[in-house]
Amino acid sequence: MSSDHSVPGSDQLLDTFPKLLLNHAKVRGDKTAMREKDLGIWQSWSWRQVADEVKAIACGLASLGFRHGDKLAIVGDNRPRLYWSMAAAQCLGGIPVPLYQDSVAEEMSFVLENADVRFAVVEDQEQVDKLLEARKQSPGIEHILFDDPRGLRHYDYPFLSSIDHIQYEGRRFDSGSPEYFEQAANAVTGQDIAIMLYTSGTTGQPKGVVLTHDNVIITARNGIIRERLTDQEEVLAYLPMAWVGDNLFSYAQSLVAGFTVSCPESGATVLTDLREIGPTYYFAPPRVYENMLTQVMIRMEDASRPKQWMFHYFMDHAKRVGTRILDDKPVTVIERLIYRLGNFFVYGPLRDVLGLGRIRLAYTAGEAIGPEIFDFYRSLGINIKQLYGQTEGMVFICVQPDGEIYPDTVGTPAIDVEIRIDDHGEVLYRSPGVFHSYYKNPEATASTKTEDGWVFTGDAGYFAENGHLKIIDRAKDVGKLRDGTMFAPKYIENKLKFFPFIKEAVAFGDQREHTAVFINIDLEAVGNWAERRHIAYSGYTDLAAQATVYDMIQECVEKVNEDLSADPLLGNSQIKRFLVLHKELDADDGELTRTRKVRRSFIAERYGELVEALYSDVDSCHVETQVTFEDGRTGMLAADVHVRDARQFPPVKQPH
Amino acid sequence: MFQRNIGDVILEVQGISLSFGAMRVLNNISFDIRQGEIRSIIGPNGAGKSSMLNVINGVYHPQEGTIIFQGERRAEMKVHEAAAQGIARTFQNIALFKGMSTLDNIMTGRNQMMKSNLLQQAIYWGKAQKEELKHRKVVEEIIDFLEIQAIRKTPVGRLPYGMQKRVELGRALAAEPEILLLDEPMAGMNVEEKEDMSRFVLDINDEFGTTIVLIEHDMGVVMDLSDRVVVLDYGVQLADGSPDEVRNNQAVIDAYLGVAH
Repeated sequence: MSSDHSVPGSDQLLDTFPKLLLNHAKVRGDKTAMREKDLGIWQSWSWRQVADEVKAIACGLASLGFRHGDKLAIVGDNRPRLYWSMAAAQCLGGIPVPLYQDSVAEEMSFVLENADVRFAVVEDQEQVDKLLEARKQSPGIEHILFDDPRGLRHYDYPFLSSIDHIQYEGRRFDSGSPEYFEQAANAVTGQDIAIMLYTSGTTGQPKGVVLTHDNVIITARNGIIRERLTDQEEVLAYLPMAWVGDNLFSYAQSLVAGFTVSCPESGATVLTDLREIGPTYYFAPPRVYENMLTQVMIRMEDASRPKQWMFHYFMDHAKRVGTRILDDKPVTVIERLIYRLGNFFVYGPLRDVLGLGRIRLAYTAGEAIGPEIFDFYRSLGINIKQLYGQTEGMVFICVQPDGEIYPDTVGTPAIDVEIRIDDHGEVLYRSPGVFHSYYKNPEATASTKTEDGWVFTGDAGYFAENGHLKIIDRAKDVGKLRDGTMFAPKYIENKLKFFPFIKEAVAFGDQREHTAVFINIDLEAVGNWAERRHIAYSGYTDLAAQATVYDMIQECVEKVNEDLSADPLLGNSQIKRFLVLHKELDADDGELTRTRKVRRSFIAERYGELVEALYSDVDSCHVETQVTFEDGRTGMLAADVHVRDARQFPPVKQPH
Repeated sequence: MFQRNIGDVILEVQGISLSFGAMRVLNNISFDIRQGEIRSIIGPNGAGKSSMLNVINGVYHPQEGTIIFQGERRAEMKVHEAAAQGIARTFQNIALFKGMSTLDNIMTGRNQMMKSNLLQQAIYWGKAQKEELKHRKVVEEIIDFLEIQAIRKTPVGRLPYGMQKRVELGRALAAEPEILLLDEPMAGMNVEEKEDMSRFVLDINDEFGTTIVLIEHDMGVVMDLSDRVVVLDYGVQLADGSPDEVRNNQAVIDAYLGVAH
């Protein structure tokens, strides 16, 4: 490819972040690189100004003794100067190590110690305090720099200084040895380590994922090429800097393509800032989309009658044809006209209120997104797509291609990514983004990455007939029914949970005859539903046992079965029997983790008699359960729980 | 923890007595306030704390006693004088314009300093425009300082109580006061909100060197924040001193814990 500047990221010679930055300062020096809202006004920095700021920080760091290979911890919200510090470290051949800004001092000292950090750049007094605390455990930290001086005036430590001061020192250093910066920046190569990102680690201690400039830049560039992104994109940087996604979307891709990144005024103003900036390229986890939808629905309830009517009329229309129009599929002229009208009255204003008025591309990932939510945004004309990724692969593994969006798959492999499924059904991939290693942890590296570069994802999945990858569950949770059918509990539970009436579900089936589930109804949703039908109930246990509620849940279960019957691998794992639990699963009782994941084996043990009932032919079972109240006291809860059979559908295709 | 900069006396009350008809609310109260300190007035309900603040900023006029403010001896303060000479306050019951935004409410705190006339302000022209921009900058700095960016444009009436208190503090700060009178800034707040508010009080004192007179019920807060504390009980001054001295004062202990009379 040529180095034509109109196709950003095509220049293969720019293989490191320092080179990319200096190139932008040259070819699009006056274009806005970064914005931050300060004192109510958006402040901008051009690429040339950013390069200058980065240079000052880098020279300042150099004057403190920061050298090639040194680590720079970065802690704080998305602030321009923290991103610049990241770039400054990379310009010196150093390695930025962003940390989650809400971690406590203890967690920080683990990472600081593990990563051999000598230098840290932090946002404000809160983070300085934490680092001072962490420094007691990891005395290796030699310098702490801060962005916001508020409240720090009386801190008298020789190792503490402001970024302002460092930049001042840096500019003096630069005038003393003017060739130092350029030399250091050009000495960095693509094989040098660009960044270390610690995976949050649900089990055991976090691991530092080491990524090279090549890993990050090639992957970022491939993403840009595939989605045809340009230097005209607008991005809002609001996700934690320590998370790989933020590093890709708000840092790496911006530096490759040359587009503008804006930092919100504060964590609480993100929604307002989103509207003011109007990003064209956006990432959010499913729950953000879910919350936005809920907000819209609540506000519509309060709107006047005509507005409500208009909203519902056009949203119904959008539901029918919106996604087809977005995917360039045939629709009638009349349908298209009504959609145009709807766009004028409803969809356009709504997109604007959500801050998604200029969106060209929105991604979501991290967990399963409900098809209803997904379709809502797509029907409004917002091109939201799912992707599948990992820190170990610098995010991109699979992406849904434009016009080929299936809510239950994560799309086709990203550019240069190879995927294979091993004998146990686990997904493996190989790509230019595959990480260098886990820092100082060769055993973990060896058990995750094969010698020839394949990475185990830990996820079970398969390619659907349309060539898209379908992720069904964590590999270690996938089991088999007695007849050998694959059984993926989380996949079934998620399908159930997509119904607003179902809050939690627990699926059983490994080494059993058939699949059976426990269900928790959503007290608020089902309660409202019951009120509208004048069904009286005294509380959760009462409502959960009502026959009409069972009827409704049965419909949901059977819809899931119908869905499953179309699946070539999971068609035989349809739900045979279900029950609605007499109490809400609760983290205080140990049934859920603190992040609200069901603890399947614990629940199976605790409600052994109910599991028995699911696998017998009784239609009711008496249970007594100990419950913990909010104040820590305990009590007994007794109930008769009904068990019902659900209709099953003949599988469309038999597994071979 | 830190070296504090406490200067000379800037306000002194001597022998202040205040009555409403036969009700004697304050009886021969004398204390001083030093530049840059956090000075608290505590006491049980009806002790005369708010009345004392009202005397300082000129809402009430005492029958006896003198007030020496910035070296000038006077029998009473006048409200506009107090405001013009740098005394600002917040109220026990929030006194904001509920229909106006946070921004506009804080802007009213700048009114004292606006020089353009009503007509110019109304048509936003000439001097008024320049002035507004200058004041807006100060207001934005306060919004940033108090971390209320997210509610900048929200009508104050829609805000939760704790936030309204913060806006009120912002409005008082907008006057760039020498002395800031805070009347129970933490009443009705939960622990977290109290911690936030305490931090703001300390930061204001530290960052701008503002002298703060604080009335507060929460003993923990008072003892943590204050340099010196005056204790009132039914209009009588029980004690005056550092938090430690006050805590160990027998008369104070009796008043708070109750003794057989």
